[in-house]
Amino acid sequence: MLDVIVIGAGIVGCAVARELSKRKLDILVLEKGFDVASGATKANSGIVHAGYDALPGTKKAVMNVRGQRMFDKLSKELGFPFSRCGSLVLGFGENDRRELEELNRRGRINGLSDIAILGREEILALEPGVGDSVTDALLAPSGGVVSPYEMCIALADNAALNGVKFALATVVTGISQDGDGYRVQTNNGEYLAKVVVNAAGVHSGEISEMAGGEKNAIQPRRGEYCLLDQEEGGLVSRVLFQVPGKMGKGVLVAPTADGNVLIGPTSKDIDDGDDTSTTREGLAEALEKASRSLKRLPRNKIITSFAGVRAHHKSDDFVIEESGKGFVNLMGIESPGLSAAPAIGEAAAEIVCGILQPEENSEFCPNLEPFPKFRESSWEERQRLIEKDPDFGNVICRCEKVTKAEILNALRNPIGAVSLDAVKRRTRTGMGRCQSGFCMMKLVGIVSEELGKSPLEATKHGGGSWILSGPIKEALL
Amino acid sequence: MRDVDVAIIGGGPAGLAAALGAKKAGADKVLVIERDRELGGILNQCIHNGFGLHTFKEELTGPEYSARFIKEVLSGDIETSLGTMVLELGSDRVLKAVSASGIQEIRAKAVVLSMGCRERPRGALNIPGSRPSGIMTAGTAQKFVNIDGLMPGREAVILGSGDIGLIMARRLALEGAHVAAVAELMPHSSGLKRNIVQCLDDFGIPLMLSHTVVGIFGKDRLEGVSIAQVDSSLRPVPGTEKLFPCDTLLLSVGLIPENELSKMAGVKLSPDTGGPIVNESFETSAPGVFACGNALHVHDLVDFVSEEAQEAGENAAAYAFGEAFSGSSAEVVPGNGVRYVMPFSINPKKVKNNMTLRLRVTAEKRNAALVVKMDGEQVLKRKKMVFAPGEMETISLSGELFAKRPNISRIEVSLEDK
Repeated sequence: MLDVIVIGAGIVGCAVARELSKRKLDILVLEKGFDVASGATKANSGIVHAGYDALPGTKKAVMNVRGQRMFDKLSKELGFPFSRCGSLVLGFGENDRRELEELNRRGRINGLSDIAILGREEILALEPGVGDSVTDALLAPSGGVVSPYEMCIALADNAALNGVKFALATVVTGISQDGDGYRVQTNNGEYLAKVVVNAAGVHSGEISEMAGGEKNAIQPRRGEYCLLDQEEGGLVSRVLFQVPGKMGKGVLVAPTADGNVLIGPTSKDIDDGDDTSTTREGLAEALEKASRSLKRLPRNKIITSFAGVRAHHKSDDFVIEESGKGFVNLMGIESPGLSAAPAIGEAAAEIVCGILQPEENSEFCPNLEPFPKFRESSWEERQRLIEKDPDFGNVICRCEKVTKAEILNALRNPIGAVSLDAVKRRTRTGMGRCQSGFCMMKLVGIVSEELGKSPLEATKHGGGSWILSGPIKEALL
Repeated sequence: MRDVDVAIIGGGPAGLAAALGAKKAGADKVLVIERDRELGGILNQCIHNGFGLHTFKEELTGPEYSARFIKEVLSGDIETSLGTMVLELGSDRVLKAVSASGIQEIRAKAVVLSMGCRERPRGALNIPGSRPSGIMTAGTAQKFVNIDGLMPGREAVILGSGDIGLIMARRLALEGAHVAAVAELMPHSSGLKRNIVQCLDDFGIPLMLSHTVVGIFGKDRLEGVSIAQVDSSLRPVPGTEKLFPCDTLLLSVGLIPENELSKMAGVKLSPDTGGPIVNESFETSAPGVFACGNALHVHDLVDFVSEEAQEAGENAAAYAFGEAFSGSSAEVVPGNGVRYVMPFSINPKKVKNNMTLRLRVTAEKRNAALVVKMDGEQVLKRKKMVFAPGEMETISLSGELFAKRPNISRIEVSLEDK
């Protein structure tokens, strides 16, 4: 019998797993996707919120502030892209000014002492590109941006190195109590564990229901985004929010941790939690709303658009609790869930340790060995890297300057990439302005060779997402 | 740091012809830097015929066409550096390149930019829908099919009627795939007429003008696309959506000159072509940096690329020998109905036997004429039945016109009624 099963390898599940790996526990993470970070974690704003938005006293408020303060240390240990670039909530006129004052008040109660309300002149000094109708703003210096999927992958890799097992492409189909623990049925067999942690994101409602929890606790809420070319990276240097509305924090314009500019999200309740389709109306709405924040919105520099689905709990707050004996629910982890994730990881681990009373894992290593990134290396470093490994001289993705050495490393990591998208999230191969037009063929070749498979078995994101249908002439035979 | 006379960035058709031009003009050290493992560029995957009609007066395939140039380059005391990617180019013409053998720093007396172009991806169009596999640019599919011998799918729709899309429609059909339709946003094709006839009409593939893809369906693999008609302002007309089941969507929606390095070197780009602003000698705004091929502006025919690039190479060699290309110039301006004219300026004193202008019109026009005016005076009128944006027009102005007008300040080309 396992000690702990964590269901879901998104940012929350991986944060919990890594935190638990500090103890001597037998841990298995079940993930229905073909990679970690394949749900909301791969498609969100990538914002580390300062923590002024959530109502004081809520779990969202407490976890947000506690979590965001852990990012500096965590990003150093694990080497994922993170920048505390600061954020501004933009106000447009008198009504918004009152809202900003309310946010300022909340923020101070939540424990932020460095936030401040700025007038238009002060805003322009920081962000010369803001729109003409911006009148006031709330500045939060501790806000930041992170690459959410790289953070999640790093947490997972580190957890795996510290002994956590991961079962990908494993869908939980049923949960039943079994003696002192739980029997978890999946498409790949059954597992027994003393404790189950439900970190299934938009599907956490269904998982909770399997274990006897209430029905329809989670409302999937979709947000659509557009991403701009790095050429426009200078458009904003801080996260620009607008005064929030009922359905979330509204549309933002933000630099990404990788130097692009992100616009979004919209907010729409949907039925199917897996439906990450974008819509004409949604993308238009995101751009329309964002255009208020900026003097100039270069629509012709959009390189891609995408959608993510957040897990909204009907309580409007995070659920972090032992709902049944040995069954820990982590539900409703929508924004500021990413910012809160490290703190949620600790809180959940605390609950689990309260149940299992495990010993410390004295061999726990908090660090991930950083793998060099060619694009970020100096010329001298590049020369040294190539001398050690000529694959560092083979640039596969020309837009993002990713070398073959980095792609091979992504395939050989503890949670090794098995699809093109998985390589992309680990290395940025194909994330540039040509969107893999040039490197897709090379990438299919490298991935299939390294994994010992035929190019015909290569997939975009696992499962039925095949890329090539067969050899030429086949249909003529 | 090593020194060369002419460094050529990109070993495709433009770079090869530029190298030969530079050598012919007497440059000693000519270096072609190519990121791929072989020379030839995009022609290597263009296994269809139709290349070389102007240059060699015969129909060659892409590899046959490039092979002729490669052979000459390899036997012509020209250095080539394969598997090498230039990552940095300064306005001082010092460049840094990377290959499996390390970092090279090269100082060139003159540089030729011949990096080619890239295809506009799905994201640039912001087509809504899901994000399954099975959506790729036509050129990527061409590479899979013609280089690796692998098919991207069995049931295809093609968005955009650029030449690569048309060629791939035929290619997939020849391999037994079904091509349901080619949808084109504009009321006219952006491809060559001969390709529409030979690649679509001959294979019974419908060309849907004024139509675009408005929806993409399928979670893992593409399952279908929705195509709608667009109105005169290119907006989809509600109620005209039609579902096309397919597992493959190829995009042929425009080519963008590759100019990341040009920008680094301080080269000014034109918003109309996406490529450098050059004078009659193909020199960019950065002295000693020349541009040609699809990095300069997107061509329909490789023959013209070779022609231009050879001249660019010759001029680069002349610059390396100390010839200056500055001097007072006439600006060349696109007038009514003309999208752009190449080059952007002409120094009459630099015009030798004649001067070739290449241009594209903005929209299809019948029974019209191209009119060239020098300082307001009409010097040439060329009538034609149909002018189309998909076909690059060439005008040759005699050297005499310039010899007689050494001080002109403005040359305008416009499309007028016949």
